[in-house]
Amino acid sequence: MPDNVLLIHPRDNVFVALRDLKKGESAILKGVENFLILEDIPASHKVARQDIPAGEEIIKYGEVVAVSKKEIKKGEWVHTHNLESQRWKK
Amino acid sequence: MKEITGYARPDGKFGIRNQVLVLPTVACVNGVIDHISRAVPEATCITHAHGCGRGSPRDTQILFRILAGMVHHPNVGAVVLIGLGCERANTKALLPFIEKAQKPIEIFNVQECGSKQTIKKGAAAARELWAQISKQTRVPLPWDKLLVAMECGGSDAMSGVTANVALGAVSDWLVEKGASVIFGENTEMIGTAHVLARRAKNEEVAQKIITMIAQAEQRTKDIMGPLASWVISPGNMDGGMSTIAEKSMGCIFKGGSKTINQVVDYGEWPTEKGLIIQDGPGYDGDSMAGLAASGAQLMFFSTGRGTPAGFPAVPVIKVASNTQVYQRMIDDIDINAGCLIEGKTLSELRSEMIDYMIKVINGEKTKAETNGMEVFTFMTVHPPF
Repeated sequence: MPDNVLLIHPRDNVFVALRDLKKGESAILKGVENFLILEDIPASHKVARQDIPAGEEIIKYGEVVAVSKKEIKKGEWVHTHNLESQRWKK
Repeated sequence: MKEITGYARPDGKFGIRNQVLVLPTVACVNGVIDHISRAVPEATCITHAHGCGRGSPRDTQILFRILAGMVHHPNVGAVVLIGLGCERANTKALLPFIEKAQKPIEIFNVQECGSKQTIKKGAAAARELWAQISKQTRVPLPWDKLLVAMECGGSDAMSGVTANVALGAVSDWLVEKGASVIFGENTEMIGTAHVLARRAKNEEVAQKIITMIAQAEQRTKDIMGPLASWVISPGNMDGGMSTIAEKSMGCIFKGGSKTINQVVDYGEWPTEKGLIIQDGPGYDGDSMAGLAASGAQLMFFSTGRGTPAGFPAVPVIKVASNTQVYQRMIDDIDINAGCLIEGKTLSELRSEMIDYMIKVINGEKTKAETNGMEVFTFMTVHPPF
């Protein structure tokens, strides 16, 4: 099976979906099945690579791109519904 | 095994191409350049829309820096400079900026003998210089004499996932090898000041990064007004980019993840090695001119929507972010980073890109070079008079 997620930087706590991911399939990286995808996730969107507590930095490209606003489980979709911009945070 | 070669220049720099550049000082003589181009196809003949009619000190600085930068460019072995006579960037005014370029430069002015005679003289000079520099041979090129530019344009949602990640992997490899990497496009850095400043070599570089990005953001707001928020648009969010920082990171990751050693102005030569940022615009043509004038001998250019654009005297390696655009524009695009989606690993793709890059450095033509898709245009700040 070809990889369906990409790890951009080793520090990242999110994968990037390489195609539309379906709930119940496995996240595959370097040919290895990692964990279950917990919900449908569109291509080029982020997948939590580990459990992320609320208020935690979201790391992509090895850098902080956002902060989680609620707990995110490994395999969940990471997007505007569960993170906020660090930059415009009041 | 991974040896690269180039042309050793008297000033200590190395070219990876050896071109005769035929350059106009001002748009008024573009017709002369077109004739020389047809008469001497071996020469790299470029035209542009500038050279006069803009009075601001900033525009004058950019004009002289870009023209002089093209003359000094290490891939250029000799120059035929065609002037008019009365223009702002006339050949006499330009002389102090190019007199240290240790290469043959022939200068002709149309107001001295008319266009037909200038074409005749310019073409003869270009032929003669071509015969002269064609005798030069390649020698081993030390990696630390190489400056590679990273550019992205016509981006799509996959650009920050595939193509720019691949460019970033090559950037990191180059810096580890001792080579230098430069990237610009300050508007696409908005939202990442805190990220990039942390990666700066020292406090001075960090401050320059913060100031550069703040100015880019202010300019965007001044010029675009309420439309400035489009820098993070609903389309971006649909593509999975949740914040402006994430969108911008997807763009600037093409420069990799190393320490940022210097911020240079548009078209300014770096004095440091390693990873360099240029304070330049996002518009592809203008950006490439600034990166070339800063001395980049080679460019990588990622694209999601597809563009054929190359740059005169500088090989441009095109990298597609998705397989569809790669297949549609297979005559224009060298590398398909969309293969990451179909099962190729990043390290496999990086190795392929490095192998291809080495071939291009050593003389193999990129698609843009083969197709003659060179674009030459540069930034202006103020309107013409």
